[in-house]
This record gives sequence, C-alpha cells and structure tokens, in this order.
Amino acid sequence: MVGIPGHTPPHLPHPFDLEGVLSAVDQTTEIVTVTGASISFPGVRALDGVDFRLFPGEIHSLMGENGAGKSTLIKALTGVYQLDSGTVEIAGEQVRFTSPVQAQAAGISTVYQELNLISNLTVAENVMLGHEPKRGPLIRTRAMREAATEHLERLHLRIDPASMLGSHMIGVQQLCAIARATAVQAKVLILDEPTSSLDKTEVDALFSVMRDLKAQGVAIIFISHFLDQVYEIADRITVLRNGKLVGEWETTQLPKFQLISHMVGKTADELAAIAGEAAAGERVTQDAEPLAQAIGLGRRGMIEPFDLDTYPGEIVGLAGLLGSGRTEVARLLYGLERPDHGTLTVRGRQVRRFAPRHSLRRQVAYSTEDRKVEGVVGDLTVRENILLALQARRGPFKPIGKKEADELVNKFMTSLDITPANPDLPIKNLSGGNQQKVLLARWLAISPALLLLDEPLRGIDVGTKAEIQRIIADLARQGMSVVFISSELEEVLRISHRIAIMRDRRKIGEEVNSQTLTSSKIFETIASSQELR
Amino acid sequence: MSQLDPTSRQSVKAPNFVIQVFTHRLFWPVVGLILLWVACGIALPGSDTAPGFWSITMMDGHLFGQIIDILRAAAPILLLALGMCLVIATGGIDLSVGAVMALSSSVSLSYLISSPTRETLPTVLIAIGLGLLTGLVVGLFNGTMVARLKIQPFIATLIIMVAGRGVAFAFTGGRIESVVSPPFKFLGSGFVLSLPTQVVIVTIVAAIVMISVRMSALGVLVESIGVNRQASFLAGVPASSILMLVYGLCGLLAGLAGMIYVAPTMATNANAIGLMLELDAILCVVLGGTALSGGKFYLSGTVVGALLVATLPKAVIYFGFPMQITPLFKGLVILIICIAQSQTLRDQFARRSLRRSVALAEGSPS
Repeated sequence: MVGIPGHTPPHLPHPFDLEGVLSAVDQTTEIVTVTGASISFPGVRALDGVDFRLFPGEIHSLMGENGAGKSTLIKALTGVYQLDSGTVEIAGEQVRFTSPVQAQAAGISTVYQELNLISNLTVAENVMLGHEPKRGPLIRTRAMREAATEHLERLHLRIDPASMLGSHMIGVQQLCAIARATAVQAKVLILDEPTSSLDKTEVDALFSVMRDLKAQGVAIIFISHFLDQVYEIADRITVLRNGKLVGEWETTQLPKFQLISHMVGKTADELAAIAGEAAAGERVTQDAEPLAQAIGLGRRGMIEPFDLDTYPGEIVGLAGLLGSGRTEVARLLYGLERPDHGTLTVRGRQVRRFAPRHSLRRQVAYSTEDRKVEGVVGDLTVRENILLALQARRGPFKPIGKKEADELVNKFMTSLDITPANPDLPIKNLSGGNQQKVLLARWLAISPALLLLDEPLRGIDVGTKAEIQRIIADLARQGMSVVFISSELEEVLRISHRIAIMRDRRKIGEEVNSQTLTSSKIFETIASSQELR
Repeated sequence: MSQLDPTSRQSVKAPNFVIQVFTHRLFWPVVGLILLWVACGIALPGSDTAPGFWSITMMDGHLFGQIIDILRAAAPILLLALGMCLVIATGGIDLSVGAVMALSSSVSLSYLISSPTRETLPTVLIAIGLGLLTGLVVGLFNGTMVARLKIQPFIATLIIMVAGRGVAFAFTGGRIESVVSPPFKFLGSGFVLSLPTQVVIVTIVAAIVMISVRMSALGVLVESIGVNRQASFLAGVPASSILMLVYGLCGLLAGLAGMIYVAPTMATNANAIGLMLELDAILCVVLGGTALSGGKFYLSGTVVGALLVATLPKAVIYFGFPMQITPLFKGLVILIICIAQSQTLRDQFARRSLRRSVALAEGSPS
C-alpha cells in the first residue's frame, strides 16, 4: 500500500473528470458504496474490511488472483451472501439484500461467472425471463421474441430467438446472459468474467454495448482475467488480494506490471528495480528429438495457436495468471479436446486420435487441476484409484494381477507417503493432499513418457510439496518429460528447465530458466504488450 | 466369533465383529429374507394332508416344495436383476427388460410355431438362439442410445419398454397361441439334478456373471463410471464400450428370462409376459444394497433381493390375505427394508454400538 501512485482512499470524492457527462446523470455521487465489508466462511476470511465505490457512468474493473475475494464481493452486493460486518449503500441509502431478487429490484443486474441461464428454454425466454411482455396473464410470444432480437442485435448476435439456448455454443450463451442483463433497465451492471468464452469480435461487440450503457449513465463492474481487455475498457481498477483491499486506481495511472505486482503481492519497487535487467537466458540447444511437439496447435475459443516442444528429461513450466491458457495447453496436449488448428506430434508421429485412452497408449498422462470433478473417483478405494488409468489402458478383460497390483500400490503408498497407509479405504475419506498424491500415483503407474501436471501441488502441505517436487525432478532426471503448471510462480521457477509464458489464452514467450530469470521478469513479460516470439 | 469373556482382550473386539455383521451390506436383506421365510413357515406349518412351507419332498427323483417354487419364481427375476444391477451401477437404468421378455419369447415361439420340425432339438436350439439374439440386439440398441447418442438411460430404455410390446404384438399377431415342443418346455418344466431346469440354468448364469465381473476388471470400471464418469473418462476408461457391453448383457439376460418365463406354458402373450417385471428387477437391486445413483454394486445382494421379491406374492397367500393386496404387502416390506438400510440409521447404529463397546472395554478389568 505504501508509495503506490494513483491510490486514493475510497471515502474521498471522485477524483477525476468523467468524459461525456450527461446532464441527466449525476456522475459525482456514488451509486454503490461498500464500507468495511467482511464475510467469513468456515476457515476462510473471504472478505476482510473491504471498501469499494462505484460511480454512475463508469466501467470499474475488479482485479485480483483466484481467491482474492472478487466473486465474494459481487455476491455480497447482489444479496447472494450476507455481510458479517460492514455496510452497502445504493445511491446513498443503506441496504441489506437478503436475496438476489431484492438486488435486482434495486437496479443491480448481474451476469455471473457460472452461467445461470436455463438451457432448455428458448433464447427469447431466457433473455426476457422475468420481464416478458404480457397481455393479461399471457405472454405475448411474438413481442417477446422481437424484444429479445433487439437486445441480441445490440451485441451483433443474430440467432433465432425461438431456438433452444442449450443448442448454442457456450460463447453465444454468454452473450445471451449479457443481453438478459442489459434488457433490464439497470443502474448497476455487474459482469463477472463475461468474456471468458468469447472471441475477439464478440468481445468488441460487448465492449461497444458497454460503452453505450456507460454513456447512458449505467455503472458497470467488469471482472476479467484478460489484462488487455481491462486496459481497453475500464476507467478505474480496484485490486483485491486475499480478501483485502489493496487499492483503487485510475486505469491510466496504473501500468500493467504494477497492477500485476498489486495482484500477486510484490511491491512496485521490487519489480521496478529489476525492470531494466536484460534477458540473459540462452536457449538450450536440444540434441535429442522432441518427445512431443505442438506446431500451431490451437482451438477456437479455447487457446490461440501455440508452438511447444517437450524433451525427455526436461521440465517445462507454464507460467501465467489464472485463465491465461495454461490449463488449455495441457488439455490440448493430452487430447481432451480436438484441436482445430495445427499439429501435435508425439515421438515423431502425428497424433490423429484425440481421447484420453489414446493418449494413455502414447504414454501421455494429464493430472487435472480439478481434483474433485475430474480426478478422484470418490467411492472407490485408494487402491482402485491408483490402478484406474493402468487398468483402463489394459481394458476390462486384462485385469492387473494381484501380485503386480500389490507391488504397484505398495510402491506408491510408500514413495509418495500416502496416509492413512491403508489402500482399501475409500479415497473420499482422505485429505485433499493425500488424494492428490493418489492421483499422482495413478499417472505414475502407467509409466508416462510425458506427464502433464496441472496444479499438482495445490492443497498439499509444505513438507509434502517439497517431497513431490523432488519426485518430479527425479522423474525428469530418469528421462520423463514433464509439463508443470502452477499459479505459484516460485514453484514453476524452482522446478522448470524451461518456462513458457502465457497471457490471455496465448503463449507470449518462452525462456530458458537460468539464474537471471526471476518471477519479476516473468511478470514483466506478462504485463508488456510486446510479444517476445 | 470370539467368546464374550470380559477379562479377555477379545471382549473389545467382539462388539466390533457385531458391528461388522450388523452394518454389512447383506445384513438387512438376509435378515428380511429369513424373517419372511420364518413367518411363512409359521403361517404354513404343514399337516398330514398338506406339506408345510419348509417341507421338500422327492418325487420321481424331482424335488418339490414351496422353497423350490420360490426358487423357480425367482429365476427369471434374478436374470433381469443381474443385468439391471450392472446397468444401475453405471448410473443408468434399463426399463425395457420386461418388454424384452415379451419380445424374445414372442420371436422364439413364433419361430417354433412356424416350424414344422418344432419338436426336434435343433429347431428348439435355433428358437432359443433367436430369442437370445433378440435380447442382445435390443440391449445393444439401448447401449447405443445411452453410450453413443448420450440419451438419458431412462428415456432411451423407455422407448423399447413402450415399443417392444408393439413389436412382439406384430410377431404374434396379437394372438395368444400355444405350441407343443417338449424340448423347449423342458426349459420350464424339466428337472436337472433333481432341481427345476430354470433354477439350474439361472444358478449357472448368475455364477458366470458374478465371477467374470469380479475376476475381470469390468466390475471396478463399471463402478468407476457410475461414481464419476468425467474422472473415468480422463483416466482413459473406455466408457462407451463398457456401457455397450453392460446394456447388451442386460438385454441378453432379459432375452433368456423371457424364454424361461414362457417355457412352462408355451403360450405367446405380448401383453402379459414380463409386465412390470422391470420394476421388480430394480427392486431386487435396491433391496440388495446397490444405490440407484450408481457406483458400488452388490450382485450377491441382488440374489437375496430376487429371493425376497419372489417370496412376497406367495407369502400373501400363505398368510391368508386376498391376493389383490399383494402390491400393498410388497410396498410395506420394501418400506421396512429401506428404512433398515438407510445409511443414516446404520451410521447411528454403528456409533451407538461403538460407544457401548468402548464403555464395555473401559468397564472391564484388563
């Protein structure tokens, strides 16, 4: 907080002139004022005395890493969560919403991160839900469709309003959610990650609607992990970190790398001191054939085409903020989704079959970041979970022999120190860290040549973390090729030989990990709009 | 197992063993079955003129008795229930099995009726083969709908539940027609090793299914799909193939059930054969301790469930109730067993027993 330029305490009047002031709208009086907001969940202080203010006719970006409290603050504003302490004022009047309906009635319209639309209603019904044109008790279907079409066309979206919402791509659905939010005459519009599934032209259409609404005096809260988008559209930025307010800035007063420093909790001075350092890292020449080679590999709406080579015995780290495309790279390499661009070669052979069971045959393994949904099979035992991928590769009719199974299970229970040391317990009874170790064992059991680890250390205690890092390094030394993803940049730096840098679903650079490569330098690369490759 | 001697160390272990027995998956189904059979034994004590519930007599080298009748009635239900159990374990359901019985028996008997050599063994074998094939084809159709087209199992199998009888109707022309073919009738009225043929067949089939599912990795992969399909997919489990296999097997078993069911009467009846039996099959599975939400499954429990379900209609008669109240009686038994099986109650019971055993251990001189 000390010495941060552009920081103004939230209780002061609005510090700068808004352009395009409309006489009808008083743009110097706060429409939303949050003071000292605190919310606790069991074991977590999700919001800790946060102040926040929003003025009519501005686009305000709420920034922070995962778990910073952005979504919690939004949900406190919209009545999904109740504040433990602190106040919310709307246009100077203190309010206490106990449900989202009340917030809507007060003029706050929200597009949540998780789409809350109804996929088996039509597009028109979704867009106009709750404010359908009516004649008596009956909905005027045609009028409703016309109104919906109008709202959609403002977003340059021309789809049949009578079609089922669920039949459209996720990006289109997202636009429908936005159309619905803008269909209400809202005073405050909250967009939580509205662009996560949109492509460039769709984002442009959304931004032009946002600018229209802004000109009409609507106050917009815009949450996005895409830095470029924030800098394109936002007037002001409020940064949260670990549930606390870091500060509030005008966008023009806050250079990108400073924003990142606030988000991740390094002081601006720390970063500025190293900013001038030249890139000293040399590209290590690789004698060996690459194990996996992605050339222009990409998928629309998922990740832009990227090149990436992995070599036996090498750990490639993927660095970037949440949503930067780290996970998407790993998922494409694993073949979870079919790429619509470029080629993927494993051991010199082009990959044509994209499905996990084919990847397993290629000895490519992917440990998911979403342990609960995509990883553990809760009711099965630790033993069954460890052996699952190996068994799946062999097929149902070649069961793993008892002796082999016991050996594998014992080996991993011991080497990964899985506790409790009883392989016949259901995995759901284990702690998160131990579940993670079981999943790691599952992938090691297939003796992968390429191991894609997405947040393998999340939720693991410090001692075990070091242990697993050592194991990963050992595996690489034995010739395994590893791709390592972590939101903890220090972890990536500690373990990787080479680091690919990601931003906004794009690979923007690649550095050989040397003494001179620091987290600050990587942040700087992420912040700079200039591309290295 | 161990002596309840308060001075021995085993006194602490003994209640644990009791807990293990009481909280075992099979405990309540087995207790229910025993209680029901004991009640039947009391209601039907037997006299000089009429044999009692428990009496089994040997006539001409064939076993007869109420228990044998129950086994006979349980045979087709168990065939359906075994397939159903695996389908339910994947998180699905197969509503078509009753209609498959009607269809397979119609196809099989229609062939026999049309064949001039209907009394010879080869023709009968072909007829049985056609019936089994019908079941398999329907099962694979269901599998395709569920695995490849990703249609909800309830809807996908509802199609055949509704349409299957229509097709059977087309085969039989809607007539109830009987046919004479001793080799085929042997399936329903014959005896092998003193036991009714269908009991022997189903015992063998059940043994094969139970052993092969657990000896291969099919069981654990099925459970894995049922617990977390997404995670299983990422782990490379060939979910589509396994679903095809399971639905195909379920159809095949239902086809066999149809022929066993029709063999004693040898009369086609597209309307009545297998009617509502899909619900009985689901009931067997649930009574046997397998959750409808999928995942862990218990084929042995399903066997006990099938015996229970087969006993119920007979018990109503032994108890002297009008046969029409059978559904009510069934409902009551299901209610009792479901309450007894409730996880919440079982947890409470386990906790209480544990407390008692701890108290016992603390109170005893060591």
